Amino acid sequence: MAEPFLIGDAMTGGYGGADILHDCTIAVEKGQIAVIVGPNGAGKSTAMKAVFGMLKLRLGAVRLEGEDISALTPQARVAKGMGFVPQTSNIFPSMTVEENLEMGAFIRRDDIAATMEQVYTLFPILRDKRGQAAGELSGGQRQQVAVGRALMTQPKVLMLDEPTAGVSPIVMDELFDRIIEIARTGISILMVEQNARQALEIADKGYVLVQGANRYTDTGAALLADPDVRKSFLGG
Amino acid sequence: MTARGFGLFALMGLVLLGVGALQSWQLAITILNMSLISAIMALGVNMQWGYAGLFNVGVMGFTAIGGLAVVLVAQPPVPEAWAAGGMGALLGLLLGVASILAAVVVYKRLPKGRLRALAMVAVLVAGYFITSAVFGPATQAIEAVNPASEGYLGGLGLPVVLAWPVGALFAGGVAWMVGKVSLGLRSDYLAIATLGISEIVIAVLKFEGWMSRGVNNVTGIDRPVVRPVDLQTESWLQALAETLGWEVQQTASVVSGLGYAALFTLVLGLLIWLSERAWTSPWGRMMRAIRDNEVSARAMGKDVTQRHLAVFILGSAVCGLAGAMMVSMDGQLTPGSYEPLRYTFLIWVMVIVGGSGNNWGAVLGGFVVWFLWVQVEPAGRWFMELATAGMADGSDLKDHLLGSASYMRLLTMGVALLLMLRFAPRGLIPER
Amino acid sequence: MEFLNALVTLSNFMLVPALAYGSQLALGALGITLIYSILRFAHFAHGDTMALGTAAVIGGTFFLQGQGIGIAPLPTALLAVPFGVLVMVGYLLAADRLVYRYYRRVRAKPMIFVMASLGVMFVTNGITRLFMGVGETRFEDGERFVFSVREFRAFTGLAEGLALRNAQAITIVTALIVMIVLFWFLTRTRAGKSMRAYSDNEDLALLSGINPERVVTITWVITAILLVLAGTLYGLDKGFRAFNYFQLLLPMFAAAILGGLGSPIGAIVGAYVVAFAEMGVTFAWRRVAGYLLPEGFEPSGMVQLLPVDYKFAVTFMILVIVLLFRPTGIFKGRVL
Repeated sequence: MAEPFLIGDAMTGGYGGADILHDCTIAVEKGQIAVIVGPNGAGKSTAMKAVFGMLKLRLGAVRLEGEDISALTPQARVAKGMGFVPQTSNIFPSMTVEENLEMGAFIRRDDIAATMEQVYTLFPILRDKRGQAAGELSGGQRQQVAVGRALMTQPKVLMLDEPTAGVSPIVMDELFDRIIEIARTGISILMVEQNARQALEIADKGYVLVQGANRYTDTGAALLADPDVRKSFLGG
Repeated sequence: MTARGFGLFALMGLVLLGVGALQSWQLAITILNMSLISAIMALGVNMQWGYAGLFNVGVMGFTAIGGLAVVLVAQPPVPEAWAAGGMGALLGLLLGVASILAAVVVYKRLPKGRLRALAMVAVLVAGYFITSAVFGPATQAIEAVNPASEGYLGGLGLPVVLAWPVGALFAGGVAWMVGKVSLGLRSDYLAIATLGISEIVIAVLKFEGWMSRGVNNVTGIDRPVVRPVDLQTESWLQALAETLGWEVQQTASVVSGLGYAALFTLVLGLLIWLSERAWTSPWGRMMRAIRDNEVSARAMGKDVTQRHLAVFILGSAVCGLAGAMMVSMDGQLTPGSYEPLRYTFLIWVMVIVGGSGNNWGAVLGGFVVWFLWVQVEPAGRWFMELATAGMADGSDLKDHLLGSASYMRLLTMGVALLLMLRFAPRGLIPER
Repeated sequence: MEFLNALVTLSNFMLVPALAYGSQLALGALGITLIYSILRFAHFAHGDTMALGTAAVIGGTFFLQGQGIGIAPLPTALLAVPFGVLVMVGYLLAADRLVYRYYRRVRAKPMIFVMASLGVMFVTNGITRLFMGVGETRFEDGERFVFSVREFRAFTGLAEGLALRNAQAITIVTALIVMIVLFWFLTRTRAGKSMRAYSDNEDLALLSGINPERVVTITWVITAILLVLAGTLYGLDKGFRAFNYFQLLLPMFAAAILGGLGSPIGAIVGAYVVAFAEMGVTFAWRRVAGYLLPEGFEPSGMVQLLPVDYKFAVTFMILVIVLLFRPTGIFKGRVL
């Protein structure tokens, strides 16, 4: 099998103290959606942060398009084409929606108008609120700003840390629809989700982590169909 | 205390003895006494910073209010001034306090809204006019009584040592008010609030002549130790002077100075003993726990703000005590001489240099920094003379540089503070 | 007529001076609030660095005067401002590299930064006094008045006069220009927006590729410009004395907190509130009241709420009221 587009290969490490990840592998193919699920404290967010370079790996490597990027800082990975949306404080609250998007494109020196137009097409509500301070928006709208900001660098991979945390079910469905749309444009999506069932429904690939290690890895549909996974992680 | 601490203190003692032998014993005693007072101030600041992480930038105000206590307690009352307006002034003060209390009552009782704000303003404005109608004429009458030497109400004529705890009480009272307002908010708000209150205390001392004679200074305050002039006539002292081969006048001032030193050491010793006990007590452990992790201390149900308030009051009271001691050593209150760099920020240098969070460190810092403060000035002059030796005599630049030598010590203190903070942030004697 | 006279005397002795003072405070408070929002500490060396910047401008002024260069009727000092800015940019950046940067790297607590700024304050204070001593230095030259009391009276025929001093007019105009430029910079330029982004959310700014050291450098440069201007204008208006600049610290902080720490617009509003409150409470209202009240009701006293010596008490009361009732300030700055 060919090397996946982005892969965190056999990652072992933690925040300085004891290891949190144990030989954990996460990968995503071009234009596909990969979802990391698992119980609380399973190291889901940690695995994603490791892929993004926010913690030091003791063993293992991260490769993007076959290139080993394990030694790069998160900022350098952004320049390489990775976009990251943190779970909390993922917007500039006192700046307008438009300024938030501009800041997302800070490292770009070319014309960003077209990309901004794409973001507005994807999230029409942001166009209406472009002059409003992002901190004054509703929870779901803020998440749209956060995703929009990350898209402004024209990333090849978009990483989302629990994008639907704290939003209503309707908004959640809507967000998932948008995420599918983003994936259709060729951007790979790697996302951590608390709402495992809904997330696996849209996932091409699913990773069930337990205690920092891979427990089940399969396509989203297969995991949903697996009685063990259903019983233990999806509430029957 | 560790061997290192003992060594540093011994070294400091040797240096002071050296000053006595090489420069003069009077100077050595003066430095020693002021060092003792500085050490007490540093101890007070260290309680707040070292135990609780509170940043008090109003040390000057608390020492000055302690100094005022000396005047109010130890000076003889001025009966003519009391007759002229004493009751009026007191009544005025009471009215002022009453109107503030009335405003507070209005605030607490009335429902929120425009009515409440209006009522509060009305109460305050009315209170202000009533108060000043009583207070203004009374204080003017007081200040008119024999203005060259009196013009104020005087004090209670009690023994001067009594003024020391009273000074602590005064400073503690002011600290309570400041702490009530600014604790529990951002940590730098306390700093700014204390900076403000210390300026106000000095303004009050300078301006309220009926109470403190303002910039006219109160001099000739009773001293707790026999004055050198009175000592000179004692036969035992004259004999002592003969044995040492010193002049009588010099011997008298050294002996008198040693008397202060003994008294101050007693107070300092008592304070250190109390602080050390507090440090190792459950209370001290709790304070450090709060300092190191406020969030978890709060989560454990500790009322952090209340604890901070208590330690803030205590530390400020110690500063007030030191301020009272200083005024009674000088025998005068000179409101014009209080300067924040000298009375607030220098104390901070002492705490940081000495070792914040360690009582012995703060005391040592008081000694070392005060010694530097006194000695850097002649050193700066010497340095400037060296630097300008090549210049023509009488040139403007040379005169200017020589005249500015005294500011070298501000520079030196700043550099010392920055270097300590950067390379030895735990100070000369670190926290255990 | 009575009303006009009251208004004119009020303007002459209170409104115009307060407007000038408020403008000076505003420039200072803007610096404090900027440093606060980017470097996240209370900059206690602000008053003293202001004094040093003014000292540099005074040095430049004296040099230019010695060369016979001037821009009369405007004061020569304005010509020396760029020199002062240059000196202070160098000084503040040196202070940042030598002192603050280390604490940023080890992510020290805000209080350690404040303590370091005390050290910088001491050093700056010493340097300023080495050059300027402790006495007062006047360096205003050129025309003294835009129009004087006599000219105003002759022109309007009113009994009361209004003078507009050159220093006041320059202060108000300059402050206005600086504020407009600053807001344009913060809301329209890439560098300004990156500063706001960094202030809003440091980690996300980092993720977006904003270089924190660059933001910090820009902040010090702007602060240098603001404080040299504030100090020079204050000195032109009231004369230079190092200690007075230290004492400006309290009203500047009060202004920044009142407006909401971290909010530039708040710092400006706060500064004018503080200035007008200080001047209004310590102003003798007798002449104004004499014109406005009916015959026979003229006040006998000065109608001064507090003596001028207590202007700090006014500032402090404002601070206390803010802390008690709205610790975030008018424009919702950050708390904790």
